[in-house]
Amino acid sequence: MRRKRSARTGWNIVGIGVFLVMVFPVYWMIATAFKSDNQINSYTPTWFPTQLTLQHFRAALTPAFWSDVGNSLIVVLGTVVIALVLSFFAAAALARYRFGGRKLVIVLVIGIQMLPQTGLLIPLFVLLSRYHEVNKLSGLVLVYLTFALPFCVWTLRGFMIAIPEELEEAAMVDGASRLGAFVRILLPLIAPGLVATSVFTFITSWNEFLFAYTLLGTGHTYTITIWLAELTGGQRAIDWGAVMAASTMISIPVVVFFLLVQRRIAYGLTAGAVKG
Amino acid sequence: MLVAIAAVLGYPIVNLVELSLQQYGLFQLISHHGIYIGLANYSSIFGNSVFWHVLIRTVLFTAVNVGLTIGLGMLIALLLGRVSTWVKLMLTVALVLAWSTPPVVGVEIWQWMTNSQNGVLNYALTQLHIGNFFQHDWYTSTVSQYAMVTTLLVWGALPFVTITLYAALSQVPHELLEAAQLDGAGARRVFSAVTLPVIRPVLLILLSLSIIWDFGVFTQPFLLIGPSQQNPGNYLMSIYLYEEGYGQTNFGLGAAISIVMLLIVAVLSIFYVRAMVRMGDE
Repeated sequence: MRRKRSARTGWNIVGIGVFLVMVFPVYWMIATAFKSDNQINSYTPTWFPTQLTLQHFRAALTPAFWSDVGNSLIVVLGTVVIALVLSFFAAAALARYRFGGRKLVIVLVIGIQMLPQTGLLIPLFVLLSRYHEVNKLSGLVLVYLTFALPFCVWTLRGFMIAIPEELEEAAMVDGASRLGAFVRILLPLIAPGLVATSVFTFITSWNEFLFAYTLLGTGHTYTITIWLAELTGGQRAIDWGAVMAASTMISIPVVVFFLLVQRRIAYGLTAGAVKG
Repeated sequence: MLVAIAAVLGYPIVNLVELSLQQYGLFQLISHHGIYIGLANYSSIFGNSVFWHVLIRTVLFTAVNVGLTIGLGMLIALLLGRVSTWVKLMLTVALVLAWSTPPVVGVEIWQWMTNSQNGVLNYALTQLHIGNFFQHDWYTSTVSQYAMVTTLLVWGALPFVTITLYAALSQVPHELLEAAQLDGAGARRVFSAVTLPVIRPVLLILLSLSIIWDFGVFTQPFLLIGPSQQNPGNYLMSIYLYEEGYGQTNFGLGAAISIVMLLIVAVLSIFYVRAMVRMGDE
């Protein structure tokens, strides 16, 4: 018994070591955001900041920050709303109807998810410039939909299959149309799935860098990730306090939403692949 | 509706193949008409030693990153099953925080921690007497650059792998573990004979997902090493594709590189698809 307990203590010490390594970068970001410039710029780091200041947050909250947060919100919310509507009906079709080409659509949905997104940079750029959607937020929404739809359709289909079809049939016997049954019976029942997919879409679009950088790069409209990357991209001396304050603020919505659906995202990424 | 979705998803692929057979630069972008040149883009890729170097570098980079992510993820997942509840809770919080950090924010944190003037990494390594790292610049050699990129990517990818593996490990029946122990199997034997076969499907999925992500990774190496520091001597595949196709506005060539890259990823993940099919047959 004693041996078992001492083994547990040993594992706990290893566990705390892993905890410190994993949490340190996030801690260091937040700690730096509140430190004074003297503490930030000295060679000897201040592990636990004592005189906290909000000056870096004030420095980071420039008009450009707010306008780029606005751009990001437009793109993200546009993507989420359109992806939800389209994927609800597509998933309903995949879960409830048998039709020719159904297999092909499923293969496409999984296949697109498996591809590296960089591989689609060139064709999407050429396609969008053909329709004059480069340097526009609407063009970026179209690109994000390409990536969000497969995941949303696949996840929602998984949720719908778990719901017995008899419920909708009962509604139709009571006089509802097929569409009415979808909207009145299926929609409320898969609400958790809708929350999970919209949060996932929110996070991936909010975090996206490559396509925002290339599609908006030549204009004056940026998203918040481009704004952040540009902070340390120049040749000027870097204001690390402001960079870390901005980083903290940009991470907050992601962390909050992430906590809501973390389990479901992990489940969706692996479970969908196992069950055909 | 479905035809529309199939078109939205399938159209870029068809478009990509078509582009890769064309001379398509800025002029063609404006006139919307490419000039068909057959397989010339492909022969110019394969005829250039840069491509082969990029390919070898990317394969090595992927192997190291995937190996570290899966190996460390497995160790931490096993550790999660052995620590007290409060340590497990602390570890879960740390993992979720690392997981939810946006990639660009991760890059900023790494730039701050590893900068040569007052980065905490140089200070800590010097204080721990690992060497004199006073004002050491990590971004001068390619190997050192990618060592930094690897720490960032592994840190960011570990949470998903660890939490998924931990969930898989909890599916291993206790009776089986106890029976194996009673029969005299050591910890290593129990793991390879009982635990591994049960979690194999999940492990294979994680392996193929990690290969796909690391082989095509762009944001972290591009930003951490710096957009202006990219050159043919340190390209990864996705950055090579970006610089040659988009940077040089040679979209036909870029499309051909994309197809080569997509095919490599498809080949890399085929072994996983085959393994899944074979398991389904048994």
